[in-house]
Amino acid sequence: MSRRVFLSVHEREEDILGVARAARRRGLKIVDIFAPYAVHGLDQAAGFRPSRLPIVCFLLGLLGAAFKVWFEFWTSAVDWPINVGGKPWNSLPAFVPVTFEVMVLFAGVGTVIALFISARLWPGKQATASFPGTTDDRFALVIEEEDAAFDPGAVRRLCEQFNAVHVEEREEEAV
Amino acid sequence: MGGTPMRRKGAGIMADAQAPLRTPWILGEKRPIDVSNDICALLERKPTRLWWAALLASSTVLLIGMLAIGYQMATGIGVWGVNRTVGWAFDITNFVFWIGIGHAGTLISAILFLFRQKWRTSVNRAAEAMTLFAVMCAGLFPLIHMGRPWLFFWIFPYPNYRGPLWVNFRSPLVWDFFAISTYFTISAMFWYVGLIPDLATIRDRAKAGLRKKIMAFFSLGWNGSYRTWIRYEVVYLLLAGLATPLVVSVHTIVSWDFATSIIPGWHTTIFPPYFVAGAIFSGFAMVLTLMLIARKVMGLEDYFTLRHVDAMCKIIIVTGSIVGLAYLTEFFTAAYSGNPYEQFVFLNRAMGPYAWAYWIMVTCNVVSPQLLWFRRVRANLVAVFALSIVVNIGMWFERFVIIVTSLHRDYLPSSWADYTPTLIEILTLLGTFGLFFTCFILFCRFLPVIAIAEVKGVLTHGRSAPPLPHSQSDKTRHASEAFEEART
Repeated sequence: MSRRVFLSVHEREEDILGVARAARRRGLKIVDIFAPYAVHGLDQAAGFRPSRLPIVCFLLGLLGAAFKVWFEFWTSAVDWPINVGGKPWNSLPAFVPVTFEVMVLFAGVGTVIALFISARLWPGKQATASFPGTTDDRFALVIEEEDAAFDPGAVRRLCEQFNAVHVEEREEEAV
Repeated sequence: MGGTPMRRKGAGIMADAQAPLRTPWILGEKRPIDVSNDICALLERKPTRLWWAALLASSTVLLIGMLAIGYQMATGIGVWGVNRTVGWAFDITNFVFWIGIGHAGTLISAILFLFRQKWRTSVNRAAEAMTLFAVMCAGLFPLIHMGRPWLFFWIFPYPNYRGPLWVNFRSPLVWDFFAISTYFTISAMFWYVGLIPDLATIRDRAKAGLRKKIMAFFSLGWNGSYRTWIRYEVVYLLLAGLATPLVVSVHTIVSWDFATSIIPGWHTTIFPPYFVAGAIFSGFAMVLTLMLIARKVMGLEDYFTLRHVDAMCKIIIVTGSIVGLAYLTEFFTAAYSGNPYEQFVFLNRAMGPYAWAYWIMVTCNVVSPQLLWFRRVRANLVAVFALSIVVNIGMWFERFVIIVTSLHRDYLPSSWADYTPTLIEILTLLGTFGLFFTCFILFCRFLPVIAIAEVKGVLTHGRSAPPLPHSQSDKTRHASEAFEEART
């Protein structure tokens, strides 16, 4: 299904922050913004919801740590207990360092994989940018023209207030 | 002091409080496009003769090291100068030395990120690369030390036909294996995640060809979508949060390799903080060495400025002072403990057969970094470069002193022995320098040495005021705007 979008390109960080904030205040639906770097505060300005990846990270860390404690206990105290210097089979304090490392490993690697999945990034993927230069120095705001009430002229004037260097309307495949 | 100087001093403090917020980190009034152009130009132009010469020199050294490693693997580690008394010497010294150097990268990328130190953006990419290469060099030494390196996978707890015989999870050497492999993996992740936006920038600039194809493959279809940026920033923060305790844990565990034994001079609780501070100290010195060369050779004067050098020098003073304090504390503890073995070890360090190594260590690590208290020294790049090398020499000797002097005089005088490295051991150390510099020289050629996307985020261009660390949050801004609207 295709949808009609309005694209506005800016050159300065201040302008993209301003135009995103203004568009949101007018109730326009911001599909996405393309930026060469992570502009601070743009997520709040555009009203994007925060990422839920910290939950993934926490759960994976918990899983890694729990798995490792169990594994160290099972190998050292259950499967083949070996007397090392008269230490107890279940030497919990000595299991802490490796448990910590495995927790970090699970949480770190898992979160990066979760990022690739949730952001749909994979090796060799064809990059689809709305406007050239958004990995260089351009900021592009993409607004969806939801219904007949959408007034391209007014939106164009709004974007030009924020020094838009290029505005256009186009048909785009909805993801 | 009269009233006027006091007032002037007060004004100075005010000016200082303002200055870091007003002076830009990146010089030359750059726009984002200039950053892309400057950094990508280094990759797009033909390699210089100097680059080829450096690559040739370092890969020759690497080759010599590989021959030495091949020889000792084929012959056995009897070719080393170690003996029954001094069972750990050169090899473990080099291992701890390289691991220490590998600490600065993640410190810069993770800890300074959490502390919102914006200057890190100019050095983090190179420092992270340096970390990876240093950890590779470090990993080589325990591998050779195993004697039968082809069975290295026995350290991994996998189901096997020997029982299954599991590894001993109570052993610090096993902790070490997990710590270093985790550290390498997480550092590599951190580095790669940081590279993705920059790879996309290079991809979009490159003309159709091999470079574009490779960059398109590794940039994962990155297009600068802000919805992805939000997730990316969160992941970067999470990785920084995970890597921060990880950095501390790695050298802590390395120090436990020593501290959990009952050797006088090793068996102390001060080791973890002492080792971590030493690691940061040596790592920052190595980053300075490399960045000062890269700055000059690659023309990065606008990106790696005197302010960056200044900030790094200050960290070197702090960590160097912690190390100096640790040396004093060791002596105090030995004196105060009333333990004759402990007291003997420390007197023997300072006055025994290896006193020369001890005093090199003290001179390089404690005395010479004090010069960095002077602003004029910090602003003199030649002096800073020389001091950074001095610190690295000192830190190598620190590990040598800790390992060899503690072992060579043990509880039984009949087993006292001395240690001198053999040529093979020296060539192996040299070889790791070859590996380190070969990797770094290749990195400088094929990947952006400066984090392009991160530097763009600290430019002054496009902002009416530079971003303040505690600027008005968007929530309050929204509230004030709503108020303005309600009034009109």
